[in-house]
Amino acid sequence: MDLEYSAGHQAFRDEVREFLKGWPLKGDEAKRPQEEQEQIFRKRGIEAGYVYRAVPKQYGGSEQPSDAIKDRIIIEEFYAAGAPRDLMSQGAGLMVPTILEFGTEEQKERWIPPALTGEENWCQGYSEPGSGSDLASLQCQARLDGDEWVLNGQKIWTSSAQRAHMMFGLFRSEPDAKKHEGITYLLVPMDAKGIEVRPLREMGGGYEFNEVFFDDVRVPVSNTVGVRGQGWQISRATLVHERNLIGNPNMMREAFSDLLDLARSRTLNGRPANEDAGVRRRLAEIEGYVQTSQLSNMRQFTASNKGKMLEVMRPMMMNKVAGTDTMQMIMKCAYDLLGGDGVIAPTEDELDTWGRKTTSSGWVLQYIFSMGPSIAGGASNIQRNIIGERGYGLPRDLRRTS
Amino acid sequence: MDFGLSEEQEMLQETIRGFAQNECPTTRLRELFDEGEGHDPALWSALAEMGIAGLIVPEEHGGAGMEILDLALVAEVLGEFAIPGPFLGHSLAIRGVMLAASAAQQANLLPDLASGEMIATVALQEADAAWAPESWTARVRDGRLTGEKTIVSHAALADRILVGLDGGGLAWVDAKGQGVVIEDLGGIDRTRPVYKVRFEGAPAEVLEGGSGNAWQLVETAAVLLAADAFGSATKLIDLDVAYAMEREQFGQPIAQFQAIKHTVARIGTDIEPARALFWYAAHCQDAIEAEAGRAASVAKAHITDRAMNAARESVELHGGYGFTWECEVQMWFKRIMLDRSLLGTPDQWRERTAVMGEY
Ligand SMILES: Cc1cc2nc3c(=O)[nH]c(=O)nc-3n(C[C@H](O)[C@H](O)[C@H](O)COP(=O)(O)OP(=O)(O)OC[C@H]3O[C@@H](n4cnc5c(N)ncnc54)[C@H](O)[C@@H]3O)c2cc1C
Repeated sequence: MDLEYSAGHQAFRDEVREFLKGWPLKGDEAKRPQEEQEQIFRKRGIEAGYVYRAVPKQYGGSEQPSDAIKDRIIIEEFYAAGAPRDLMSQGAGLMVPTILEFGTEEQKERWIPPALTGEENWCQGYSEPGSGSDLASLQCQARLDGDEWVLNGQKIWTSSAQRAHMMFGLFRSEPDAKKHEGITYLLVPMDAKGIEVRPLREMGGGYEFNEVFFDDVRVPVSNTVGVRGQGWQISRATLVHERNLIGNPNMMREAFSDLLDLARSRTLNGRPANEDAGVRRRLAEIEGYVQTSQLSNMRQFTASNKGKMLEVMRPMMMNKVAGTDTMQMIMKCAYDLLGGDGVIAPTEDELDTWGRKTTSSGWVLQYIFSMGPSIAGGASNIQRNIIGERGYGLPRDLRRTS
Repeated sequence: MDFGLSEEQEMLQETIRGFAQNECPTTRLRELFDEGEGHDPALWSALAEMGIAGLIVPEEHGGAGMEILDLALVAEVLGEFAIPGPFLGHSLAIRGVMLAASAAQQANLLPDLASGEMIATVALQEADAAWAPESWTARVRDGRLTGEKTIVSHAALADRILVGLDGGGLAWVDAKGQGVVIEDLGGIDRTRPVYKVRFEGAPAEVLEGGSGNAWQLVETAAVLLAADAFGSATKLIDLDVAYAMEREQFGQPIAQFQAIKHTVARIGTDIEPARALFWYAAHCQDAIEAEAGRAASVAKAHITDRAMNAARESVELHGGYGFTWECEVQMWFKRIMLDRSLLGTPDQWRERTAVMGEY
């Protein structure tokens, strides 16, 4: 065990820090809209070799030799500087790795570059009204007609569909095949004729997810990813990326540090809340979970670097549910610290900024939002099934076969 | 950057695991548990033979010259097999000597301790849960020790006792000498019996290294207790899984019930990732001093707390059988009770976390 970085990696960290002095932007650049500033800086990050390192240059990435420790340093430093790096969007975070692995050359050239810059937004069309945890039971239909797929049916809970240019989704192409075998992975332009997006209002008050209806929507066959009927297997690969996005320990550490600041700024029984014995214990208990997640992540990181991935399969399976439970603990504690202010609803502005935690109603929104990740991307009960069955070898649930 | 065990460390754990499987299988453990001595001379000398008694003692004094991380890895496996014996107190006494004794004192004391022929323990905690060094009141005046310590493990077995003093100093006392009165407290963990020890002017040698090391010693104790609780909890999960597969109700193994499967998943998710927590806390004592206090606090509080919860769940998972003396679960349940309560409860270590983290 040695937590020191090698001289080479230490020098690399210094280099990254030097680069990060360029954020926030200065002078005239700083006067541009926030989104543009982020794009400018991200582009510089790509040129410097810090952003989209695993994506080949020809598709807009920086194509760096794989070095997990450098990746980690970059993430840590960019995170600390609050600087824009790889987009964590559905497009860059989920579609791109999938296409890189399973897509055709044309698909990579066409879809990856604009997804990396964020010029084209993507949404994920998996869930349906009748198919959530049991995703493989999905019914949204794709019927081949010449060189086009014809889509009919409905998707639901589709986040950011209202802004998306494209959807990657799962469709039933072989109605007679077995449940997991008749599914095809398709790329669908959201402006195609016959698509209708209807917003759903979330409990927080905003409109982030949607219903998407398909009425004889035509999509070229060239938009099929991988082999027809193999969509399920391909989607499993995407899911790994999604769970990694959710179980991010940097996010947890940041949220915990915000929570400490909140405790310092609130008053309890006439004294600063952070001096209250009960509050301090509760915070320290949460720190136990936060540190555990972070250190377990480091252990997994080292093990996979050494090619000993098999030794950390169990803790890897636990990342998602442990991470979302810890985030919920943080938000529950924050909520109690708000006292009476916890009943004030978030403003429109806070809904737009996802409740950045500077105001009490911003925290209220976070308190509500923290439940989402426990449901999305495989609900906690499903995670516990995976841990019990694959982690500890317990029998699978009895289920009616279809 | 390498947050993993070395091959030597993995081998160390495998060696002790193999030894424990052969020399202290559950049948033998059960005998020792019922006898209640918390000690088996043959087991201890075999462990000493393997270098466990003097694991962290420098080679020049006859030890294996290993680190606190190695010590914690051993503690994990001893917890996993609930091995009876004086490992905890003995290792801590050595740690105390290494932290606070002068070079001459070390040269004098360590070789006998390293071989395991001389057994030592530590007496730190006092009545009313006074476990933090600031609250110790035992004192040495003119070479004579007076005071009372409690929850001292293996005091009746030990040859020497390292005693925590007012102001954070440490003194070395002959446990069999005059002025030392030892009373069996009837401890719940029969693999590690505990005693009250009264010092009535016992001759004592104060370690010369000063009084700044008491917290470091207590933090090492916290890490070893956390590691022991971690090992114990992993054993309980194994027992849970085996029982759930074997026990049938409603015409099927109870493992088939999702509530049972999720119980295992929940306690597994509490315990398994926390392996990294005690690794880190131990490693900080070896290499990252600035973080050592906070890391030890978090490890002791979090792991012993979660392990205790896992133990309670394990009893329930075993049904009526789980409630019996016969069921194996109780042995680890009680081992974790000691790990949790000795030298500061989770709540107390959480307050210390808050202090160290400048909340
Ligand atoms: C914020 C948010 C964003 C989302 N974004 C998207 C998106 O962009 N694209 C997309 O396709 N989907 C999205 N989803 C949908 C999400 O993937 C589903 O909600 C999720 O898979 C659960 O499906 P469901 O809602 O049908 O719940 P159900 O499957 O009906 O589950 C209901 C409850 O039953 C439990 N349950 C179900 N099966 C079992 C079982 N076998 N054992 C034990 N318990 C079980 C679940 O744990 C849950 O508590 C999003 C969801 C949320 C909350």
